[in-house]
Amino acid sequence: MSLASRGRPYAKAASAAFAYVCALCAFASVAILVVLLWQMCRFAWGWLDWQFLTSFDSLLSPQKAGVKAALVGSLYLISLTALFSVPVGVGAAVYLEEYAQRSRWRGFVQTNIANLAGVPSIVYGILGLGLFVRGMKLGAGVLAGALTLSLVVLPIVILASQEALRAVPASIRQASFALGATKWQTIWHQLLPAAMPGIMTGVILAISRALGEAAPLVAIGAAGFVMFLPAGVNDRFTALPLQIYNWTENADEQYQFHVAAAGIIVLLAMLICLNAAAVYLRYRFGRRIRW
Amino acid sequence: MTELASQSKELITLVRSTTINHARSVDDLLERPQKVVAEHVDFFYGEHQALHDVSLSIPANCVTALIGPSGCGKSTFLRCINRMNDMIEGARLEGEILLDEIDIYRARTDVVELRKRVGMVFQKSNPFPKSIYDNVAYGPKVAGVRKRSELDEIVEKCLRRAALWEEVSGRLNESALQLSGGQQQRLCIARALATDPDVLLMDEPASALDPKSTARIEDLIFELKDSYTIVIVTHNMQQAARVSDQTAFFYEGRLVEIGATTDMFTKPRQRKTEDYITGRFG
Repeated sequence: MSLASRGRPYAKAASAAFAYVCALCAFASVAILVVLLWQMCRFAWGWLDWQFLTSFDSLLSPQKAGVKAALVGSLYLISLTALFSVPVGVGAAVYLEEYAQRSRWRGFVQTNIANLAGVPSIVYGILGLGLFVRGMKLGAGVLAGALTLSLVVLPIVILASQEALRAVPASIRQASFALGATKWQTIWHQLLPAAMPGIMTGVILAISRALGEAAPLVAIGAAGFVMFLPAGVNDRFTALPLQIYNWTENADEQYQFHVAAAGIIVLLAMLICLNAAAVYLRYRFGRRIRW
Repeated sequence: MTELASQSKELITLVRSTTINHARSVDDLLERPQKVVAEHVDFFYGEHQALHDVSLSIPANCVTALIGPSGCGKSTFLRCINRMNDMIEGARLEGEILLDEIDIYRARTDVVELRKRVGMVFQKSNPFPKSIYDNVAYGPKVAGVRKRSELDEIVEKCLRRAALWEEVSGRLNESALQLSGGQQQRLCIARALATDPDVLLMDEPASALDPKSTARIEDLIFELKDSYTIVIVTHNMQQAARVSDQTAFFYEGRLVEIGATTDMFTKPRQRKTEDYITGRFG
């Protein structure tokens, strides 16, 4: 009996063609990214320098414009966002996974969290404007911005943390309970450490999302042009995406192309740093857990 | 028919030769204080009744083997003794299980306290993804032991008891997951000993191990029974015959027969028991 494929002369060719199409898809997405990055780097060349990083924005001269206020504002913003969203998000995940009984109420909460993750961020922006800026009279400061962004990223943190907790083998829970550990001890000493790499990944993804959001900040009325650094949590501020958007709106082409491109490179660099941190933290925690 | 009869005779001879050395006698079993006593235990998973009117007693410092085909309720019964079934939603027990004459299902029972006195070793070794040291020290730590010297002492004592100390004493800070399957299971036994329990429950502790590791676990069980009351669930008839003093045969959620292991394997009173022991079903 021969092993030659009979009756399907095109099977091999079709298989090869499919592989090529898939490879093309992969290549195309990377290629577009490379072209974009190349363009940005070309525009930003000569504009992204120490002066750009350390100066405030300037309305008078694109050469004097800088990203200082936006850079500091963004750092401030994501730090506060993490501070609010991580404890609440992980807490909610622990409750839903470990404490909540399987009930209609739990199903309702769970479905809503999944849906909230898909709500456009501008909607959160409007909510933030009504609740934090006007309702709680916080003004369009860093605190209101961070609270609004926390709303945006909270579902991501919750879902990622739930996923991570669910991935901890049931045998670990049983072993801990069988040794006379309480529920609280089991969660604190076994489940959370074991779930930490997954939780950290979710948190960093959420923070990256917060870093790139412009729409909710526009909605709460955050400034696009700021000539000072926020000293307190209620001070007005700007953030990188907002600053970049503001530059692209400028009539002067030098702002539109070169200054904005330099800002984009700074934003991308921050995102890469965050992702590198995610990889590092996963590695660190992963090694300590030693599966 | 004659073939089966001769087969069962062969097994009985084998069992005799393996159990005769260390099993406690029938009289000895009766004289000992009864550590765990189950009285008319019915157990339900929601609507499904998994145990029907199980009454038995487990004498102190003996090994009691629970045998029976898959799904007969032997593991369920084992998990009733440290109330691990409480974790399953919809699980419910009727009747009484007494530990040292106190009903562990009464309202006042502190489950955490109970589980410190009734240790458990699972079918699949499940060390925590932590160091060897931290695995053993976990039980005492959650019970409130903080002093490092005290923990060191407990860890060494338990690892020695579990016959693992020689192999791991130089690498207590390495991950428990780097140990071999047999070593991991002995680590789990050491971990269970660290809360200083009276009773040790073992749910098919050697079913995932190779023959050599299994033999080590069995030797260990034999050594441990002087200090602990051991209840072991096993699928392996020879193992039950080798390690246990008393055997209980479960079938379809009911206790069919219980007695001294030597009697059970040589002259079972029930037809069902004989059929199962001689491998006619199961």
